[in-house]
Amino acid sequence: MAIWLNEDSKILVQGMTGSEGTKHTRRMVKSGAKVVAGVTPGKAGADVDGIPVFNDVASAMVATGGNVSVVFVPPKFAKAAVQEAVDAKMPLCVVITEGIPVHDSAQFYQYAVNAGTTRIIGPNCPGIISPGKSNAGIIPADISKPGRIGLVSKSGTLTYQMMYELRDFGFSTCVGIGGDPIIGTTHIDALEAFQNDPETEAIVMIGEIGGDAEERAADYIKEHVTKPVVGYVAGFTAPEGKTMGHAGAIVSGSSGTAVAKQEALEAAGVQVGRTPSATADLMRKILS
Amino acid sequence: MDLYEYQAKQLFGKHGLPVTEGDVCSNIDAAVAMSESIGGPVVVKAQVKTGGRGKAGGVKLAKDPAETREVATAILGMDIKGHTVHKVLVAHAADIAEEYYVSFLLDRANRAFLAMASVEGGVEIEEVAVNNPDALAKIRVDALVGVTPEIAREIAAAAKFDEAIQAQVADILVKLWEVMVAEDATLVEVNPLVLTPTGEVLALDGKVTIDDNAGYRQPEQAGFDDSAADDIETRAKAMGLNYVKLQGDVGIIGNGAGLVMSTLDVVAYAGEEFGNIKPANFLDIGGGASAEVMANGLDIVLNDPDVQAVFVNIFGGITSCDAVANGILQAVDQLGERVTKPIVARIDGNNAVEGRAILNNANHEFIELVDTMDAAARRVAELAAARKGA
Repeated sequence: MAIWLNEDSKILVQGMTGSEGTKHTRRMVKSGAKVVAGVTPGKAGADVDGIPVFNDVASAMVATGGNVSVVFVPPKFAKAAVQEAVDAKMPLCVVITEGIPVHDSAQFYQYAVNAGTTRIIGPNCPGIISPGKSNAGIIPADISKPGRIGLVSKSGTLTYQMMYELRDFGFSTCVGIGGDPIIGTTHIDALEAFQNDPETEAIVMIGEIGGDAEERAADYIKEHVTKPVVGYVAGFTAPEGKTMGHAGAIVSGSSGTAVAKQEALEAAGVQVGRTPSATADLMRKILS
Repeated sequence: MDLYEYQAKQLFGKHGLPVTEGDVCSNIDAAVAMSESIGGPVVVKAQVKTGGRGKAGGVKLAKDPAETREVATAILGMDIKGHTVHKVLVAHAADIAEEYYVSFLLDRANRAFLAMASVEGGVEIEEVAVNNPDALAKIRVDALVGVTPEIAREIAAAAKFDEAIQAQVADILVKLWEVMVAEDATLVEVNPLVLTPTGEVLALDGKVTIDDNAGYRQPEQAGFDDSAADDIETRAKAMGLNYVKLQGDVGIIGNGAGLVMSTLDVVAYAGEEFGNIKPANFLDIGGGASAEVMANGLDIVLNDPDVQAVFVNIFGGITSCDAVANGILQAVDQLGERVTKPIVARIDGNNAVEGRAILNNANHEFIELVDTMDAAARRVAELAAARKGA
């Protein structure tokens, strides 16, 4: 099973002919993912290692049956790229691009909601991997193996760190939802999907300062999640009013603090680790 | 980036919002000249990016240019919550009959925008939200639809503005939304929006936050950048580094925003055992962790006089650890004699064994390798405490 991405996923890369697009296309292919097409306007007929490039998402889908798109196009063109995927009724659109103006993200998110046929993951995220099945994005495939832990995280490198800490257990699916203020898929969406996924036995949820997504996820867990969840929150030492790397990682006044998030999660029965390795230990105890 | 009030006022004026006459002045003579050109009573307002200016004595009325000189002399150079006042806004002092509040902001939870409006303005809006929530209208704004004249009238009506001025307020809301979109803002706030005894509605004070990601299409905003920011931050920014200065003793370099935030926390926890050692900065050199960026990062962090020891915390995901280890060695080679403080490195992930072997074999006098993040944090806190005590 896994969530959202499996062995039947056929990946289409928007921006495949750019340097990042080409590099990560090769990494996805090497990890066993089925990458069936690339899209770069004006480059129809070209190819990357034999993978055909099309001018637009719709024709690439018709020709190849692509059902997951991964977006590597620069911030300036990202909104148009995502809206094109939505117009083509692409079921899953994973937006890796970092640095997209938030007005653009708000608009393409609303565009996808109105259409009702596309799930967006990201932007500013590492993507999604179902180890042994498929890999859409830039998450290194060789960190871990297939297993029964579901992982959802705002942060890319903390995703990798946690996959590494728990590599002997393995993962059903790991989703990096991104660190921007507006993202297409939230912790709650992933928690719901993991709860419904028979292959997922327990869930790791990684959050960070900014917004109140973790607090709302805690409310959701209390009501709807029966599988064990362990949590980690980064940014206890972050000062107020400073953006910490991710555009969304900012404590504003008394809101968005790590303490508030930890307390909300603990109140919902989630065990929260003080460090990534302590969090991994909590998961080990649950699974062994 | 949060803007100063005068910058917000400039943007309001640019988009046709009714504002009072006046502009920013950076010395006393300019303030007096501005007061003369405006004529009549003016208000002199300290330009600092913090609240509570009024209470701190940073906002004063002056009835004529002579009094403006007195007031500006007192305010320029004053300290408000750690912010030195380098500039004042000198503006016509409007007569006020009533004070209101209007704003648009990014609504992260609903993944849209939010309009907020109240006829109880001039005070902290958070207080209104808590003490009298019914007096604060909150209306979702669809990112694709925006604020049309119809929607603006709905907002004005929902906030219970007097019918006599609803059209004026709606017009202001449409223009304020234009500021929001055209300037790529994540917050535009007018507090207070005032009604004068003659029935005019004016934006008297404003707050604007602009989206740093949109800089590429907002060339005019480049001038808003605050050169008074911390020197190290300015240098780091010029090198393209993602750096935030903090108050502490351990320089931090890591790859990925989440991992670096986590590293700060782990160092602070470990530091509790060593006389409250804390991280001195946030520095994310990006997922790839290239040698060049590593060298720039080390240069910035080692040059910070607060830093007693450095923690390089890399998880090799996309880049393998042998490349990261070589990058660290190249970086310290490039810096040569500028490396004078201990560097504790933890590298983990892809090819970690090879990467560690490379660092061990180099046997650099200032580099110490520790296997886990937690143990490395303890070690660097210990080293920083020892040097600080020495």
